[in-house]
Amino acid sequence: MKTPDAIVVGAGIVGAACARALARDDRRVLVLDAAPGTAGGATAAGMGHIIITDDSEAQFELCHRSQQLWDELAPEFPVGVQRDECGCVWVAVDDEDLEAAQQKRDYYAARGIRAEVLDQRQLREAEPALAHELVGGLRVPGDTVVYPPAAAEWLLAETERRDGQIRRNAEVVAVASGAVTLADGSALSAPIIVNAAGDRALHLLPDPRLHDLVRPRKGHLAITERGRPLIRHQVAELGYFRSAHGANQSSVAFNVQPRTTGQTLIGSSRQFGATHRAVDHGILARMLERAMELLPGLADLRVIRTWTGFRAATADKLPYIGPVPGHEGLFVATGHEGLGITTSLGTGGIIAAQVRGETPFIDAAPYRLDRPVAEWSVA
Amino acid sequence: MLELRTDVTVVGAGPAGVAAAVEASESGARVVLVDDNPKSGGQIWRQGTGQPPAGAQPWLRRLASSTVEHLSGTAVVDVEGARSLFLRRPDGLARVHTGATVLATGSRERFLPFPGWTLPGVMGAGGAQALAKSGWPVRGTRIVVAGSGPLLLAVAHYLKGAGAQVTALVEQAPLGSLIGMAPRLMRHPRKLKQAMSLAAGIRGVRRLYSSWVEAAQGEDAVSSVTVRTPGGRHQIECELVACGFGLVPETRLARLCNAALAEENVQVDSLQRTDVEGLFAAGEITGVGGVDVALAEGRIAGLAAAGDVDAARALSRVRDREQRFAAALEAAFELSPELGALATDATVVCRCEDVTLGELRAYEDARDAKLKTRCGMGACQARMCGPAMRFIGGWKQDSIRPPLFPIETAALAEISAAQTSEAMQ
Ligand SMILES: Cc1cc2nc3c(=O)[nH]c(=O)nc-3n(C[C@H](O)[C@H](O)[C@H](O)COP(=O)(O)OP(=O)(O)OC[C@H]3O[C@@H](n4cnc5c(N)ncnc54)[C@H](O)[C@@H]3O)c2cc1C
Ligand SMILES: Cc1cc2nc3c(=O)[nH]c(=O)nc-3n(C[C@H](O)[C@H](O)[C@H](O)COP(=O)(O)OP(=O)(O)OC[C@H]3O[C@@H](n4cnc5c(N)ncnc54)[C@H](O)[C@@H]3O)c2cc1C
Repeated sequence: MKTPDAIVVGAGIVGAACARALARDDRRVLVLDAAPGTAGGATAAGMGHIIITDDSEAQFELCHRSQQLWDELAPEFPVGVQRDECGCVWVAVDDEDLEAAQQKRDYYAARGIRAEVLDQRQLREAEPALAHELVGGLRVPGDTVVYPPAAAEWLLAETERRDGQIRRNAEVVAVASGAVTLADGSALSAPIIVNAAGDRALHLLPDPRLHDLVRPRKGHLAITERGRPLIRHQVAELGYFRSAHGANQSSVAFNVQPRTTGQTLIGSSRQFGATHRAVDHGILARMLERAMELLPGLADLRVIRTWTGFRAATADKLPYIGPVPGHEGLFVATGHEGLGITTSLGTGGIIAAQVRGETPFIDAAPYRLDRPVAEWSVA
Repeated sequence: MLELRTDVTVVGAGPAGVAAAVEASESGARVVLVDDNPKSGGQIWRQGTGQPPAGAQPWLRRLASSTVEHLSGTAVVDVEGARSLFLRRPDGLARVHTGATVLATGSRERFLPFPGWTLPGVMGAGGAQALAKSGWPVRGTRIVVAGSGPLLLAVAHYLKGAGAQVTALVEQAPLGSLIGMAPRLMRHPRKLKQAMSLAAGIRGVRRLYSSWVEAAQGEDAVSSVTVRTPGGRHQIECELVACGFGLVPETRLARLCNAALAEENVQVDSLQRTDVEGLFAAGEITGVGGVDVALAEGRIAGLAAAGDVDAARALSRVRDREQRFAAALEAAFELSPELGALATDATVVCRCEDVTLGELRAYEDARDAKLKTRCGMGACQARMCGPAMRFIGGWKQDSIRPPLFPIETAALAEISAAQTSEAMQ
């Protein structure tokens, strides 16, 4: 390849989405990944729920716009992407949850998103296998599910089709304005550099004060054999938001997904401070117990594999997307925590617009790298 | 969950495991012997309808008169270090706390894909033998036994004895390298005798060397195979193909315990110790070599695990001699690289997930291919396609995650809850 117009560091879903967006602007893109394959980081571990959430207006906006982009691309996906228009049911364990469901419904309705509150009977009809004590729920029919590694692979293939190139086994040790340095000491240059190296991305920047803005937050998953699925929707508990955003060092929440393969994917857990990839049995036990409590039929399904992954978490639950101040042509895209599959497409759109010197389709100020630093709610 | 405490736990009740359990027990240790099969004896000694082979009898007798607690029908599904094993028993879960663990998990057959290998009627050589042993009728069936290794001889012999019409024994190794084994065989009179009696038993069976099944044909089931020989291709009609390309050490449990491997084998020192404290390994998981090496290694591992180091050391000469023979045997049956080129783009490699070789060609890395094609993600977790792709494409071994076997969510939760976790708050 002649000198590329842009180098993207990291071939996870976020790097892949950025690469495709830049390539569509007729830029020759070079994607670098340290691993012998692509999409092997958080993207290989995540559940692939294309989700709407509303922790903040800025989080909602990014999810919402991204979900629209996923829907637009859907007709082009190969079957391997396993897109499933299954919708999501958030279940309420008590009246407090049910109140939260109503609030969400109103919030979504005001922003043009379909959602319906389910009472106990309607929940039973929607998902008969769920525990009968559940008091109701919220159905969000527009949520979908994909298989993230295949989605990333497709985005990368689109990049290659537009003159892009993917280099594996290419570990980057530093990024700067106009150039990246590889582990073997060589340098590659391009006017535009996008650092999408996942949970370690900020460590590639020279300013050590930036490094702690993103912390790894470990998650566990388990998958069953193929069989007849117990559920039709992605199903999660409304308390998930408390668990996802709460201050606990470690938490588990009911979050179960039917796969198009007939398997059931069981999540999920959140844990700060753990950096090893081994399964933490105590966490796994709690996660499975919670899942069986709300979906009793799971108890008899056989698990074939368990694994872990790391989300790139930020203190204010918002990703870092945009230019690195003081470094001409250097951009960053990281910190997507548990939403990066969903928000990858929006992220790519924002970066491409910024590279073109245009204003993105949503206000990107909340994602700036130089926004005020929030306090971590846990150590 | 049932909690057991013991000095030595042996996993696998084949020759290595039985020898380890017997020796450890006879030197005074409390021993638990775990095997997922309902019957002891492992692949080779397992009693079908008939009697166990003569070589097995003294060991099975010693086992029967020992204090070894033999848990059959029991699988190790997870571990917490090498001294705490979680077992799934027909009647529920159990955990054994043990001073030392001897892994003797043996080997399984290696399958190399060729066009038609997924047709009904094409099966593993060991699998075909096991079926026949369990009473499946093979009388009059035309069978091609193909692949590589001494196991083929035994399988052909057994099937013929059971009334099958073994139409060909197709060995990929050259006759010359097998004849090269003769001088060594002379120094092992018992093996020589055994080999001669096997050979006599299949007299009349057409034997082809430097040859292999290139493809199997048939509509609903196999009806013929194309065999490539140095002299050209032959079409052989058959109703069954029993085929295996040597054995692959079954190291999943060892890897779950974090034991170091050298190539495909668990690495051990002269006392059969792995690099994990309290963890020993014996038999085919340390290198495929047959019954005699397995017995010698099992005895040493059992004695060493029971703390009887001197007695263990005293056996090292026997083992070393058997290991030299096994190494020579392995070299003689070394697989031809051409076998890696039999599968075409349309040949299915991963049967669980229905992935063809053509789909895999785009990838150089096993994990990358797995993530993108689902190859190895199915219920068998790459036990079949993993070794095949290591041979065909030089791919790395996949990583092991609990559970070791598919297990009910409730059971996995129970096992996990029983384990301490540093991350627990
Ligand atoms: C939607 C979805 C569906 C999936 N479905 C399936 C499925 O049906 N079947 C299936 O098998 N998998 C499935 N997977 C999981 C996938 O195969 C990988 O297991 C997953 O990407 C996590 O990988 P891993 O960590 O096990 O990867 P590995 O490739 O095993 O490991 C990644 C890294 O972790 C390290 N590591 C691995 N094991 C350990 C350990 N025990 N202790 C410490 N470090 C370790 C490795 O050395 C490596 O560095 C699915 C994934 C997704 C996202
Ligand atoms: C358990 C779990 C469940 C999840 N569920 C969902 C969900 O349902 N929906 C959703 O939207 N999101 C979900 N996520 C989040 C999502 O998986 C991540 O946000 C997303 O994958 C992040 O993508 P990424 O490209 O930023 O990072 P990664 O996928 O980690 O990619 C980073 C890439 O950069 C490469 N790299 C790293 N360092 C270097 C270097 N120095 N040089 C070169 N290359 C480098 C890595 O090899 C890797 O390929 C989940 C995450 C987890 C862990």
